[in-house]
Amino acid sequence: MEITMTVNGAEYTRDVEPRMLLIHFLRDELELTGSHWGCDTSNCGACVIWLDGAPLKSCTALAAMAGGRDIRTVEGLERDGELDVVQQGFIACHGLQCGFCTPGMMMTARWLLDRIPDPADAEIREAISGQICRCTGYENIVRSVRWAAAHSRGAAGPDGSGAHEVTV
Amino acid sequence: MQVPSHVEYERATSVEHALELLARFGPESRVLAGGHSLIPMMKLRLAQPETLIDINGISGLSRIAMEGDELRIGALVRHAQLLDSALAGEHFPVLHDAERVIADPIVRNWGTIGGSLCQADPSEDLSAVFGAIRATAVIQGRDGARAVPVREFHLGPYETVVAPDELLTELRVPIRPGGGSAYEKVARRVGDWSVAAAGAVIWLDPASGTPTVSEAGIGLAAVGAGHFVAEEAEDFLRGQPVSDEMFARAGQIAAEHCTPSADQRGPADYKRHLTGELTTRALRRAAARACGQEA
Repeated sequence: MEITMTVNGAEYTRDVEPRMLLIHFLRDELELTGSHWGCDTSNCGACVIWLDGAPLKSCTALAAMAGGRDIRTVEGLERDGELDVVQQGFIACHGLQCGFCTPGMMMTARWLLDRIPDPADAEIREAISGQICRCTGYENIVRSVRWAAAHSRGAAGPDGSGAHEVTV
Repeated sequence: MQVPSHVEYERATSVEHALELLARFGPESRVLAGGHSLIPMMKLRLAQPETLIDINGISGLSRIAMEGDELRIGALVRHAQLLDSALAGEHFPVLHDAERVIADPIVRNWGTIGGSLCQADPSEDLSAVFGAIRATAVIQGRDGARAVPVREFHLGPYETVVAPDELLTELRVPIRPGGGSAYEKVARRVGDWSVAAAGAVIWLDPASGTPTVSEAGIGLAAVGAGHFVAEEAEDFLRGQPVSDEMFARAGQIAAEHCTPSADQRGPADYKRHLTGELTTRALRRAAARACGQEA
């Protein structure tokens, strides 16, 4: 079947089998390999992308379901060559080691900060509770999101643009 | 790599269209809503529908509203939406208690209320909650709608009264003043299915000095309770004065009448013990809320 969807602002049309999972569509058909294919069982959250503005575990959706809808992946976080403040936060606070969970973590973090610009630690931990990191013990991820919140205040637009450059 | 086996895909644009598609593709077709139960089952070949009928594009099934003295919750309402609904939380805090511990925030963005009920997993939290609060399920067929009490909705594990050519469209919950409700769940880790869980709703008659229970509803998940409810404990509570002792006794009755089985989440006697304790706690908190005191 033919499906058309908008991914990070660009429209894509592909002919796919209805059984194709969204994560495989993004990685194999569109070659957007930033979203990671992890546990395959909706547990780990490495594949989290946004569908119509809300985070989704893309291993648990068919590409067909996203037809006509709007998708944002980790590749769509940066704007005009400048990293999103969440990405800058993960750099500044060592929010990753192996990096496998990072795309999903950052998509959820961006969504959280859009809803709650200055979240408490408990709110950050709740937001990422459906995602697994086996390196950091989560501490640096929470710190990264907090950093992003602190550096978004006042200066940043809703997408984080205008935030301060990261200095490491 | 886990992918579903070959399947056809259709999109329904309205309830009528969905019913037409269900009739056309027959019993080997399945309704696809959030997909967070169905797609994992398809990956494991536990479900192998020939055709999926995607109902996500149907407008009008995602509403939470009051109509007369009923709270109405559309079948396509997402878990996150129910958790965010002040209206639902005001009338039935049990809905918010339960939603907070169903899966995780990302899954809650897409999983639907109707999908949870129709999946009919024996550990499903919302089946216990809607059973406790005596909701009615509205099921549409090509010849019209029928209303089925949630307490008669489940035929067994993964089996409901919804026929292959029908669609669950709405849950309706009667509102009565003077009530309180709560949900208590024990899970091994965040987002997991219940080891055991209990939901309670209670209405008090404050006429005399010590309030008495005028009506109670108790729902149980994951412990093999018939229709997800503890009727014997409800019968015991009606007319009793509100006290911790009565709630403990009700918990004991609920524990005696459920039929948990041992699995990787724990042995049967542990689940039975939890059932008693969680029922008691849910009742205490429900009663405190009915009296305007948060427990």
